[in-house]
Amino acid sequence: MRYKYLWLIALIILLILTPLFLSSFLMVFLTEMLIMILFAISFNLLFGYTGLLSFGHAAFFSIGSYVTGLVLLHIYPSIPLAFVTGVVAAAIAAWIIGYFCVRLDEIYFAMLTLAFGMMVHTIIWKWDRLTGGADGLVDIPRPNLNLLLFEVDLSSINSYYYFTLVLVAIALFVLWIIVNSNFGLALRAVRENSERLQFVGINVRRYRLISFVISGFFCGLAGALFGPFLKSITPSIAFWTKSAEPVFMSLLGGTKIFLAPAVGSVIFMYLKEIISGYTELWMIYLGAILIGFVLFLPGGIIGFLNEKLRGRRLGRVGE
Amino acid sequence: MNVLEIRGLVKNFGKLAAIAGVNLNFQEGQFTSIIGPNGAGKTTLFNVVTGRLSPSSGTIHFNGKDITGLPPYQISRLKLNRIFQITNLFPELTVYENIKVSVLAKRRETSKIFTLSKNRSPADEETERILGIIGLMDKKDSLCGSLSHGDQRLVEVGVALSLDPILLLLDEPTGGMGPEETDRMVQFIRTLSEKQKVTILLVEHDMSVVFSVSERIVVMAQGAVIADGNPDEIRKNEKVREAYLGE
Amino acid sequence: MTFSTFFAFFLNGLTSAMTFFIIASGLTLIYGVLRILNLAHGSLFMLGAFFTFQLTHWFGNFWYALILAPFICAVAGILMERIFLRPVYGLPIPFQLLLTFGLMLLIADIVRIFWGVAFRTATEPKVLSGAMNIFGVSYPRYNIFVIVVGILVCIFIWILLTKTRFGKMIRAASSDREVANGLGINVPWLYTAVFGIGAYLAGLSGVLAAPLRSIMLEMDVHTIIEAFAIVVIGGLGSIPGALIGSLLLGQLNSFGTLYIPRFEMAFMYVFMAIILLIRPKGLLGEEVG
Repeated sequence: MRYKYLWLIALIILLILTPLFLSSFLMVFLTEMLIMILFAISFNLLFGYTGLLSFGHAAFFSIGSYVTGLVLLHIYPSIPLAFVTGVVAAAIAAWIIGYFCVRLDEIYFAMLTLAFGMMVHTIIWKWDRLTGGADGLVDIPRPNLNLLLFEVDLSSINSYYYFTLVLVAIALFVLWIIVNSNFGLALRAVRENSERLQFVGINVRRYRLISFVISGFFCGLAGALFGPFLKSITPSIAFWTKSAEPVFMSLLGGTKIFLAPAVGSVIFMYLKEIISGYTELWMIYLGAILIGFVLFLPGGIIGFLNEKLRGRRLGRVGE
Repeated sequence: MNVLEIRGLVKNFGKLAAIAGVNLNFQEGQFTSIIGPNGAGKTTLFNVVTGRLSPSSGTIHFNGKDITGLPPYQISRLKLNRIFQITNLFPELTVYENIKVSVLAKRRETSKIFTLSKNRSPADEETERILGIIGLMDKKDSLCGSLSHGDQRLVEVGVALSLDPILLLLDEPTGGMGPEETDRMVQFIRTLSEKQKVTILLVEHDMSVVFSVSERIVVMAQGAVIADGNPDEIRKNEKVREAYLGE
Repeated sequence: MTFSTFFAFFLNGLTSAMTFFIIASGLTLIYGVLRILNLAHGSLFMLGAFFTFQLTHWFGNFWYALILAPFICAVAGILMERIFLRPVYGLPIPFQLLLTFGLMLLIADIVRIFWGVAFRTATEPKVLSGAMNIFGVSYPRYNIFVIVVGILVCIFIWILLTKTRFGKMIRAASSDREVANGLGINVPWLYTAVFGIGAYLAGLSGVLAAPLRSIMLEMDVHTIIEAFAIVVIGGLGSIPGALIGSLLLGQLNSFGTLYIPRFEMAFMYVFMAIILLIRPKGLLGEEVG
């Protein structure tokens, strides 16, 4: 059954070759999409696999973004240094926030993550001496990537695209291993019946926290990529509507299959960016599609296809 | 040596004393059934012993170690395990995964974050062995939630087996089962008790099962123990009859 | 700090509290009965504000807006409930959120089509402009009006829920839908009516808030999160809880600018977090009314 991974190889080749035939505008769009895919799939580790709905994940994305930007702007323009700092900061934030949140279940968990997410937003927005307030960070540099033996020029659209592609691919690979490991199996058991799992001898709270931190770590990476990509960031990336994006991308694509949120991200972003180019009414279309999905395709697109192809019905998240 | 020692156990829910002072000892390998009318406190007793609830007062010692008030996952790791009254498994994991996650938990291998689950390991061998014992090898890739009630009970047994318990609490394991399935369940429990020397605490309403397999019967009513002895003694006990008839 | 300064701040807090309460009570009522967290609730608020702008623009008369706009919002709410929300009642919460988020986007775009992206303003009616003397303090008449309306709404809701048959049906349906059905209550109709009331309240809050702030496109997402924080603090489904939460938030916003400037907003979320960790059901639990 080697052809199982054929599509993946084809996709990777396609992604490597895109700069040859796509316009600059589309390359920018594609880069942003890769970042959002990482955001959504990292989020889904906690949502689809561990069964915890967080409505505050923009906190980690924005912390990763702002810390990376601040390091590049004010400390030292080194991509590795900035990225590592940004991601570690996001992970630490996830540890602190997660410590409190994993004590709660279900809707209360969601509400607490929302509260923390908005706290982070307020801090970013109001601590203007550090973060630039409502104006945000501007002119974030994109220095050459110093890899000891050689330097990579990241200033062009295509080179930053490849940089993003490599990091996202590595991150997704690591996440994939985690999800398919013994630990990943335990996480899915946490999702299915966390109470029962206690009686099997697993400290459920600790597993949830670890999942939370890993999720925050990779969301922080997505945020770190975002800053130098856009070159300026504002507090809106910490607002609750940003937290809602990976939730809905995951629901659209499907939460129970590893790459499914990527499909949801593509749909979401396509509607947001491309349609808004054609018509002012993109929000109506997006709204209508979201509504349609809920009414007709509760397993997400991939869930729907999976059901049709394999005849196996995965339940809806939350049931 | 006593496997389980319960001293002066009290559990109050507000003004209601669900357990009103219980002292019980259980010896290694003993097969005890706990019976009593509804509301006698049997399930509450199980909940307190397994850590799901914390007692209002009193102590519980397991193999000499004080486990009073410990969280359920720590008690489970000490190999004090339980089978639930209602099917309480992992519905969207396959039968194989249900057993495997328990095996991994017992072997303390669940934190292996970089070990791909599909690479063959000793845990897989043990999982297959248990699947063979409970007879569900042919259904190992079915989602647990899609199985029949009886088959799910078997998975429950499989999970219990995989934990290698020293003391196993079974809360109405034959609930909702027909005669054939009940027999099979009874056989399993017997095998555990006789072959693997697991100490058994069984809560059952099916009296034929209780009286045929138990070495010892403890009778509870209204949160207290009213009788404790072998099946013959219990059958003749006046207080027991009162408790059941007066219900 | 002098009494008059203190009192002015207090009244400011009370004014905000009342606009918060009106919208929060609608949100909590809807949750209490329908068990739906309506993300589009802030959108109805926004519609109320924009309608107010439009109606005062056309007719030069705030009172038309006060009477008409909430009803228009109620109708919009009823349409929303019948067409979109009916099919999703049984679904898990993430899907309800997705759906109401879609509705929120839809309404936001409709508002953008009609009114564009510019900030709008609405002025209060002449009768209520200027200041009046309250306990020796000179304070805007319009704000007092808002406070009075808020109190009236409070009383009205209390009477509705405790003294009328309709209120009894609401309370029955919020604790147990099956029982309510068994009692012969037409539950679907009740749900629509409750949603309509909630939408009316959201719209009314928008109308009242219109002269006090700039009317703009981001109102929906900001208002819903504030209303939600209040409802969580007060207790999902509890109207008295919404009142307490609103008063708290109102005074926090007012005095907060004095003592903890800039970060006063964060304290609302801190409080929300504390409540969730200590008493997740909120200050006043889960019953409606």
